[in-house]
Amino acid sequence: MTKDFKLMGEKELQSIINSMATDILKSKESLKDIVFVGIIKRGDIIAKRVANIIEQVENCKIPIGRIDINLYRDDLSIIDYHPKISSTEIQFDLNDKIVYLFDDVFFTGRTIRSAMNEIMDFGRPQKIKLYVIIDRKKRELPILPDFSGSELNIPKNKIVNVHFTEIDGIDEIILLKEEN
Amino acid sequence: MNWSRRHLLSIEELSKEEIEHILDNAFSFKEVLKRSIKKVPALRGKTVVNLFFEPSTRTLISFSLAEKHLSADSINVSTKSSSVMKGETLLDTAKNIESMKTDMVVVRHNSEGAAKFLAEHLNSNVINAGDGTHEHPTQALLDFMTIKEIYKDLKKLKVLILGDILHSRVARSLLWGFMKYKTDVTLCAPPTLMPLYLNDFNIKIEYDIDKAIKNKDVIYILRMQLERQETGLFPSLREYIKDFSLTYERFLMIKNRSIIMHPGPINRGVELDGTVADSEKSVILEQVTNGVATRMAILYLLNGGRNNE
Repeated sequence: MTKDFKLMGEKELQSIINSMATDILKSKESLKDIVFVGIIKRGDIIAKRVANIIEQVENCKIPIGRIDINLYRDDLSIIDYHPKISSTEIQFDLNDKIVYLFDDVFFTGRTIRSAMNEIMDFGRPQKIKLYVIIDRKKRELPILPDFSGSELNIPKNKIVNVHFTEIDGIDEIILLKEEN
Repeated sequence: MNWSRRHLLSIEELSKEEIEHILDNAFSFKEVLKRSIKKVPALRGKTVVNLFFEPSTRTLISFSLAEKHLSADSINVSTKSSSVMKGETLLDTAKNIESMKTDMVVVRHNSEGAAKFLAEHLNSNVINAGDGTHEHPTQALLDFMTIKEIYKDLKKLKVLILGDILHSRVARSLLWGFMKYKTDVTLCAPPTLMPLYLNDFNIKIEYDIDKAIKNKDVIYILRMQLERQETGLFPSLREYIKDFSLTYERFLMIKNRSIIMHPGPINRGVELDGTVADSEKSVILEQVTNGVATRMAILYLLNGGRNNE
C-alpha cells in the first residue's frame, strides 16, 4: 500500500525559491557576470523561477541554460535502463562567468559531479555555485551545496520528489512511502 | 520506452516505437554536435570495431565520428588491410577481433545477412552498416530524422523514391520504415530496376518520372549503382538520364515545399542534375550531419546499459 507524505506545499516551496533569489542578490556579485544553469528536468524550472524574481527586482536579463547530465553519469555502463537523452542548451559563453547551478534534490553528489564535468566542456567558469531545494545529507563525493532550502536526513532507500506546476501540475515536495 | 535490443540489423525488425525512440535520442545527440567540444563520456572504455568489407566514405567516417564523440575507442578494419585478403572467413576475422575484448562491431559486407550472421555468433553488439542489397538501417534512420526535422509527421507525406531500386539496400530499409509509418510512397524506376519483392509492400509504382514527381513532399533519389549493374538492365546511361534523371527542367516542375534527398555518393548528371543537388530544396548535407547524430543514438542505445552484458 503506497501513500505519499507531503513534506512541503506551494507556499514553503515558493519561499525557498524567494530565499534563493535573495541570497544571490545579497552576494554582491555583478549581475553581468552571472549565468544560471538548471539540471533537467526540475533544476531548469528552479533556475527560471529564481531568474524571474531577480530580473523583476534588478530590471536585468540573466542568461539561463539547461543541461542533461545522463551522458556524463558514472553509472551509465552498469544501469539497467537507458535514460532518455534530452538536449543540453547553453547558448551563451561560460568563460569567466559565475555559474549558478540549480537542482531540486541534492543526494549523493554524483549528479552534480556529472553536471560540473559537462559545464567544463562548455568553457571555464570563474566559479560554480550550487543551489538546491533539498539536501538529503547522503553525499558520496566531496561536494556540498552553497544553498539548500531544507535538509532532510532520511534513509537512502526513501524517495523524495519535488513537483512543480510547470510539469507536474502542482507545487509540492513529497516523500514516497514505498521503499525502493 | 524500455529498449532491449542488443543489435541493430534491419529496419524490418524494428517497431515504429523503437524507430521513434532512436530518433528522439538522435535529436538530443545533434545538440552535442553543435558544441565546441563535441565529446561526451557516454561510451568511455568501450571499444568499437568498424569492419568494412566494402568501400565507404560517408558511413565509415560517420560511425567513426559518432564513436569518438561518445568517447569510445574505435578501430577501422577494411578488406584490403586485413587477413580477409589471405582467405580468412568473415566469422574467423570477427571472432579474432572479439578475442581482443572489443564491445561492438559495425559491419558492412557485400553479402545479405552478414550482420545477422555475426550477431548470432558474437557476444559483441552488432550494427549493420549495409549488407549486400538487403538493408542499410542507419541510413534510413538518418533519413527519417531529416524528414521529421522538416515535416514532423511522416504519415501525412507523399514520398517518391526514384532510381535504381533493385540494387538499393537503402530503398529496402526506407520502405520498411515508411510502411510502419503508413506513409504514401511511390516508386519510380525503369521496369528492369524495379525489384520483385515489392509485393510485400503497399506502394504505388509509376514508370513515368514526369507524373511521379508531381505533388510529392519528399523526392528521394537513389544512386545509380554502376558497380552492381549487369548488362542489359537499361539501354544506355544517356537513355536512363533522359527518362529517369531529376534534371533541372524536371526540378522546376516539383512542388514548392518539397525536399530533395539522396544517400550519397551522388553521380552528378546521372540520377540528378548538379544544380538540383546544390539547390535550396536539397537536404543532402543535412542528411550527412544527421547521420552522425543518429549513429551516436544507436551506439548509445545498444551499449548503454547492463542488459547488454
